Amino acid sequence: MQTHIKMHTKNLDFFYGDFQALDQVSIDFIENRVTALIGPSGCGKSTYLRCLNRMNDLIAGIRVKGLAMLDNDDIYDPSIDVVTLRRQVGMVFQKPNPFPKSVFENIAYGLKVNGMKDKAKITRIVEKSLKQAAIWDEVKDRLNESALGLSGGQQQRLCIARALAVAPEVLLMDEPASALDPIATQKIEELITELSSKLTIIIVTHNMQQAARISDRTAFFYMGKLIEVNDTDTLFTKPELKQTEDYITGRFG
Amino acid sequence: MAGHLQREIEKIKKEILFLGAMVEDRFQKAIYAIKTGNLELAQKIIDTDVEIDEREIEVEEECLKILALYQPVATDLRFLVAVIKINNDLERIADYASNIAQRYKTSYNDPNKFKYDYTLMADQAAKMLRMSLDALVRTDVDMAYKVRDMDKDVNIMRNDAYDSMKKDVQLHSEMVSEIINMYLISRHLKRIGDHTTNIAEEVIYLIEGEIIRHT
Repeated sequence: MQTHIKMHTKNLDFFYGDFQALDQVSIDFIENRVTALIGPSGCGKSTYLRCLNRMNDLIAGIRVKGLAMLDNDDIYDPSIDVVTLRRQVGMVFQKPNPFPKSVFENIAYGLKVNGMKDKAKITRIVEKSLKQAAIWDEVKDRLNESALGLSGGQQQRLCIARALAVAPEVLLMDEPASALDPIATQKIEELITELSSKLTIIIVTHNMQQAARISDRTAFFYMGKLIEVNDTDTLFTKPELKQTEDYITGRFG
Repeated sequence: MAGHLQREIEKIKKEILFLGAMVEDRFQKAIYAIKTGNLELAQKIIDTDVEIDEREIEVEEECLKILALYQPVATDLRFLVAVIKINNDLERIADYASNIAQRYKTSYNDPNKFKYDYTLMADQAAKMLRMSLDALVRTDVDMAYKVRDMDKDVNIMRNDAYDSMKKDVQLHSEMVSEIINMYLISRHLKRIGDHTTNIAEEVIYLIEGEIIRHT
């Protein structure tokens, strides 16, 4: 089967001031596949994820070296519009962070900010996004109520719907289910699998079973370096490197 | 959690090796009972097979518990999968040891001319069983591959026994049930060889991560 590399980095270095957080990281992300990033705390996986839509730009004193590409565009090229980039490469965070607005407005906000004025169209996209995020049935009768009244799991799916509303090509997820109960987690996992038919998803997770369940490829990071990237099945049954094996079997350190 | 998992795995390792030693002992005794004409020993092997069955269930339940509680991966996962299968192979080998004892018991009063000598075949199967368990203990992949090669000899010996008994059946059609009874011993030994090969192949899977069963 023909596979297209949607995003890739080549020899990506990242510095917080003098501290080098990423060291020569090269990964190809296949289009419409889920790639999980795993590794111990402080290994650089979240920093790496945030490099992919330049979320780290918001931090003072950072420096990036190497290449990060979305299709044929170098995302660190000065000509790149960061707002457009973040529309193309959306993000969902660990803690659900809905705006203190109505359910409807949470989704419509991004569309309006992007200049959409056609109310009928906005309504259509709100409904479509909520359906895509598998939360429509739960909120369709309370679209005008505050999003803060939803449960944690619902809030997270709302945030996913919000990210989907602006039709991203890549979705970055930073531990999207770590604050949720097992049932809400299962819903998010099912949603990720469903979305991956149309989206390239890159997810950071501390839950290795989750990585094993939902991803096609898994990348293991340690101390700012990419140690191994492999098909998930291979990485969790017969990893190539001992360091990976030691981490996933808990024999670390 | 890793510490817990490693302790559980060490425990399983001891249990499967203990079961292996028990099964090896049964098999040796079944052969010894035939060699020495010890009917009492043969009966004891038949009567105590249930002990092996109980241990097999215990090991399997332990493995399932670990899979459910720890969701192991990589070498731990391969080890548990290998143990679940080896456990089953060991239980089957013990069944065949019991069947051999039963065949001997049935043939106890048969005329001597149909007592075939299975010493070589039994020795080869016993050696394979010991080596496959050693390969598991030492995670010795070379030894596991050797066991796999040795199975060919056991198969050849079974075929020889079959040819020989086919002739006997033609010459002594009135003794057909006795001859079939003796033939079944060679069949049981061959099956022990097969299960021992399975164990060796599971050891290869455990070490190399490749399923080579049908290659």
